[in-house]
Amino acid sequence: MAERVAIETRLPVGAIDTRASGWWAMIFTVFTESALFAYLLFNYYYLAVQPHLPDTFPQGGMPSLTLALPNTIILLASSGAMAWAQLNIERDDNRRLILGLAAATVLGVIFLVIQYFEWEQKPFTLSSTPYSSLYFTITGFHMAHVVAGVGMLTTVLVWSALGYFNRVRYAPIHIAALYWHFVDVVWLAVFFTFYITPLLGLHG
Amino acid sequence: MIPHWATNATFEGVFAASPVQTVSPLSYLISSGAKADHVLPLTWGVLAVSVAVVAIISILLIGAIWHRPGFALAATTLPVERPSSGLNWLWIGVSLSTLALLATIVWTVKVLADVAAPPSKPSFTIEITAHQWWWGVRYLSADTSQSFTTANEIHIPAGTPVQFRLVSSDVIHSFWIPALTGKTDVIPGQTNEMWFDAKAPGIYRGQCTEYCGLEHAKMQMLVVADTPADFAAWRAHQLQSPAPPAGYAIAGQQSFGTYCGSCHTVRGTDAAGSLGPDLSHLMQRHTLAAGIIANTPQNLADWIADPQAVKPGNLMQRPEISTAELSRIRAYLQTLN
Amino acid sequence: MTITDYERAPTVSTGDGNRALAERLQRIWETEPGLKGWLSTVDHKEIGLRYIFTAFAFLVLGGVEALIFRVQLAQPNEHLLTPEQYDQMFTMHGMTMIFLYAGPILSGFSNYLWPLLLGARDMALPRLNALSYWIYLFAGLFLYAAFAIGFGPNDGWFNYVPYAARAYNNGPNIDFYSLGMILLGISTTVGAINFVVTFMRMRAPGMSINRVPILVWGTLTASVANIFAIPAVSLAFFLLWMDRNIGTHFFDVPAGGQPLLWQHLFWMFGHPWVYAIVLPAMGMVSDGLPVFCRRPIVGYSAVALSTVATMVLGFGVWVHHMFATGLPTISLSFFSAASIIIAVPSAVGVFAWLATIWTGKPVFTTAFMFFASFIMLFTIGGVSGFMTGSVPVDWQLTDTYFVVAHIHYVLIGINVFPVAGAVYFWFPKFTGRMMDERLGRWNFWTMFIGFNLGFFPMHISGLLGMPRRVYTYADGMGWDTLNLITTIGSFVFGIGVLMLIWNVAISYRRGRPAGDNPWDAPTLEWATSSPPPPYNFLVIPTVQSRHPLWEERLNEQPKDQRSYPHAGLVLEQGKEAIGTTPLDAQPDIILKMPGDSPAPLIFAISLTVIFVGLLITTWWLVALAALATAATMIGWLWPERKLGETAEPAVHG
Ligand code: HEA
Ligand code: HEA
Ligand code: HEC
Ligand code: CUA
Ligand SMILES: [Cu+2]
Repeated sequence: MAERVAIETRLPVGAIDTRASGWWAMIFTVFTESALFAYLLFNYYYLAVQPHLPDTFPQGGMPSLTLALPNTIILLASSGAMAWAQLNIERDDNRRLILGLAAATVLGVIFLVIQYFEWEQKPFTLSSTPYSSLYFTITGFHMAHVVAGVGMLTTVLVWSALGYFNRVRYAPIHIAALYWHFVDVVWLAVFFTFYITPLLGLHG
Repeated sequence: MIPHWATNATFEGVFAASPVQTVSPLSYLISSGAKADHVLPLTWGVLAVSVAVVAIISILLIGAIWHRPGFALAATTLPVERPSSGLNWLWIGVSLSTLALLATIVWTVKVLADVAAPPSKPSFTIEITAHQWWWGVRYLSADTSQSFTTANEIHIPAGTPVQFRLVSSDVIHSFWIPALTGKTDVIPGQTNEMWFDAKAPGIYRGQCTEYCGLEHAKMQMLVVADTPADFAAWRAHQLQSPAPPAGYAIAGQQSFGTYCGSCHTVRGTDAAGSLGPDLSHLMQRHTLAAGIIANTPQNLADWIADPQAVKPGNLMQRPEISTAELSRIRAYLQTLN
Repeated sequence: MTITDYERAPTVSTGDGNRALAERLQRIWETEPGLKGWLSTVDHKEIGLRYIFTAFAFLVLGGVEALIFRVQLAQPNEHLLTPEQYDQMFTMHGMTMIFLYAGPILSGFSNYLWPLLLGARDMALPRLNALSYWIYLFAGLFLYAAFAIGFGPNDGWFNYVPYAARAYNNGPNIDFYSLGMILLGISTTVGAINFVVTFMRMRAPGMSINRVPILVWGTLTASVANIFAIPAVSLAFFLLWMDRNIGTHFFDVPAGGQPLLWQHLFWMFGHPWVYAIVLPAMGMVSDGLPVFCRRPIVGYSAVALSTVATMVLGFGVWVHHMFATGLPTISLSFFSAASIIIAVPSAVGVFAWLATIWTGKPVFTTAFMFFASFIMLFTIGGVSGFMTGSVPVDWQLTDTYFVVAHIHYVLIGINVFPVAGAVYFWFPKFTGRMMDERLGRWNFWTMFIGFNLGFFPMHISGLLGMPRRVYTYADGMGWDTLNLITTIGSFVFGIGVLMLIWNVAISYRRGRPAGDNPWDAPTLEWATSSPPPPYNFLVIPTVQSRHPLWEERLNEQPKDQRSYPHAGLVLEQGKEAIGTTPLDAQPDIILKMPGDSPAPLIFAISLTVIFVGLLITTWWLVALAALATAATMIGWLWPERKLGETAEPAVHG
């Protein structure tokens, strides 16, 4: 029956790098999540350009960068650690993979803790004004994503420790990483919106 | 049963003298104002394009099906082939459609520009406050002593544009007088401005057209276009407080103050509520309860005896008072000329 | 370990008459009988049929609601329903039809058909597929639970604030609606991601993107749109839920919130969505109609591109639902022009279908009649949209029955009619039996006449000023006769829908056996048996054109460049499918497909419990269910050797 040969090459079997279906699923999950944040930020800008009572947008004056800026750097560092972990599994270095994942996870947790203090410091609550609702909702959405991301990182960390991965079979690492990098990048948009645009003159 | 206003003698003949309006009072296929005059040809225009498109496509479809003699009932009996690419159809059909569409866009933008501002400066401004499920109407004037409030019936002088400010006291409503103007939503937290005019004296119906709750269906109103002289007289009368009642109605006024004054205003009395329509010159209005029943003594009695039976869910509760008291109140209301 | 340890050269065969192979694949792919198998199946065909069945059930529910309120509207001043009952009824009707019928029915067909059309063994993510069905079912039940206990949503399907806010709507009605919609949104998103990944990865070798059936283009476009549009509405409903329950101020006017923000978020989703629930149906026509014209569709590329173009433009017209909100003239002009120009891609479709019939040889089957009549109904529905696209005209037309006429001509004309045609067209594939054509003819004419009788007069009552969403109207408005006719037509149409269901029921038992390809159609689903085996194709087909089964007769390609519908890769070492490259569909990887699993059901249940917890604002329940959901997810995703996810090379068998 060999006269109808369609292909003769060898093909990889199972979940391989970015050819795993799960990786594609995560790409589109990231798209839909990006859209979600785009709409969240649309809410911010939409309400920002409406008339306000004085000093309610942003409420309590210009937002302070004291915690937010270092925290941004921490989250970026976490992304860096994740990238390093990805690099190492492709080199078949399971130990460094675990190290990188652990670092990324810990930095993620630190981000959450600092973010908690940032929330504590705010002189308003969720239900003070539209601004305060926006602030806690959007940063809250982001926090929820960080929590989910930390959950994912922890899970792949456990899997790595169980020796599930090597230089060929590492799709879950890349999938979790995709999500984690997304969570970090989207923070930049959130950060820019809440902490930078008022300085650039968008306030009421 | 709810007697209907349109069958009521007080209304016949007061409508704008167009046949469509009497047969179908909310139709917008007849225009009675300068603003509507700009829009109506466009309405007919796009309708004509639409009818033409549907006719052409239907003819082509029927032709496509029947232009070959004889047809089969089983797919497998006919051979498969690609007789022609058929792409000519796309080129011709799509280009012609595009031309029609572009022309419509140009016409649309032109009409939009035409109706954006009134032909002459409006002589005054009326503020409409939409409530669940009635309309507050306030005539604004720079001199506040010349401002006054009424409800559910808007008088304007025929032949001059009037400016409107639309505000809402609760949810979103939409203001619509089909023969005079298209819809403008009335949105809480936002003031929408618009204008319209009526070319000739007459009574024009209006309706709330944004779903606003239980009685959205029965949130209607009238626009009465008067001759300028009539309007001036009406206005002067509205600016006065109603004459104090006499006789039997005096007791009615007291009861009214007790039971109704917390929601309704009658100028010159203690009744100064604002949850319900201003009743100062109630008897001057053609309808009751936001345009849904004619203002007849019987309807008035029915309404105040049990508003929920007439307009279930509306925000005026059935008063828990004796019939005697009710009839005194009604007698008082009938003095509010 | 190197990559070569994880590779294999698959064998290639014609598969014909290879019983041993068939039995082996059957054993690998079939769902275990009994309740457990039923609850844990991930077979796309089973899931597709469940979607179709459930969506039809919702069509009947929504239809019965409509018929009830049509009785109320048959004459002026009727008292069958109280205002509150009417409001819940029309809201449930709109919500059911748009969200629980029109979208899911197409997901159902696409779920069943996609892998067959694409020459694949299953969707890319079978367990997500099961998940999306279960969540859809639970979201539907969640929303109907509200109605059953008397607190159905009551603010229309687009649920404008502030009427939906706590201050004006104090019951749980809107909380049910908000949470139910978010839940349903998760289902739709998951389903959409699955379609897109399947499109990118699961096409048979050789099926480059210019060779996929138009239905695939339709569903793909709809899915991509959903991925970007659903978050808007889910977010809007979530913000509303927060406003109502935990004191935020997004839409709360006294505190500085904005009612129009809701409208923007809703319609940024809403308009793409209305196209998402018709483009796949148009795709069905584009694939089905040519079969009965005995020629390939005219202008394949133009039609495929116009599908995508409609959606791209469709993201830029949402403001046409807000023309009367007092926006500046400049922005109105822009959105008006966009709304009018969007008719261009629709014109491409209309003229392509017409040309296909004109230059072809029409075959008068019931399916053909549904598909052909769709062209006319689409045009009528389209031009009424074109009219409302012109702002000053819309100021008159909006919120009248003219718009009600528009939405039913587009929704019933472009969704229900093609779906009915699709039932006649694909039923033989689903069941191996033909539907009754004689009854089919009665069915078609009843639906067609009933529909036009019922809904055409709405245009006129709209032009005569009848507002929508009114629970009754006065006499003397000039609408009485029109409404009576509408009600009669609605019932005739309802009987037509019943005839469709009846025909399905009797044909399922008594229909004539269909054979593999009863219509002599050109695409791959007809290359396998009816109904298809659990593994769809014995060997993976190889594709070289848009119509693999017509190639010989069309004779447009050299002989050595033809498709092999019955010859190709033999993937029999476990539950396997072929992954191909996104554009050219070159073999890329052998995918290990997951087996049946109860995880999707468990996940869907715990997710639903989260929403129940939010509904009754019981935080411990939410937390508990969230933990259960997370645990299920981890268990679900735990790397399995059998699926080639762990460092040991995959086991075979
Ligand atoms: C099912 C899907 C569907 C589809 C396909 C459409 C298609 C279109 N719709 Fe529709 N629309 C809805 C579903 C849909 N709509 C719903 C559900 C609502 C109401 C929501 C609610 O309020 O409840 C709505 C409401 C709605 C409005 C708001 C009305 C209002 O509330 O005031 C508008 C306004 O512009 C509009 C416009 C259009 C346009 C321009 C098209 C175009 O895409 C149509 C293009 C097609 C054609 C025009 C026909 C084919 C073309 C030709 C044959 C070429 C020649 C044609 C010409 C020269 C005109 N639609
Ligand atoms: C796919 C979408 C879809 C479909 C199929 C339908 C189908 C129908 N619709 Fe619907 N409709 C909408 C989508 C749809 N609708 C939407 C989105 C709205 C806007 C809602 C809003 O404003 O929020 C709306 C609003 C709407 C209104 C306006 C309500 C108002 O503004 O007050 C009306 C009024 O007549 C109406 C009527 C009907 C009728 C009679 C049918 C018929 O086709 C129904 C046919 C019946 C069946 C399919 C049931 C099957 C039959 C039986 C079970 C047997 C019954 C028994 C006998 C015949 C004896 N619809
Ligand atoms: C709770 C507040 C409230 C009280 C108390 C109340 N009303 Fe009303 N009234 C309303 C509201 C609200 C409306 C508008 C109803 C509608 O059309 O939806 C109304 C409407 C009316 C109308 C019709 C006005 C018009 O312009 O058409 C009359 C007349 C009326 N009320 C009389 C009375 C009388 C007499 C009493 C006392 C016995 C009374 N009302 C007590 C709230 C109240
Ligand atoms: Cu007010 Cu509808
Ligand atoms: Cu739209």
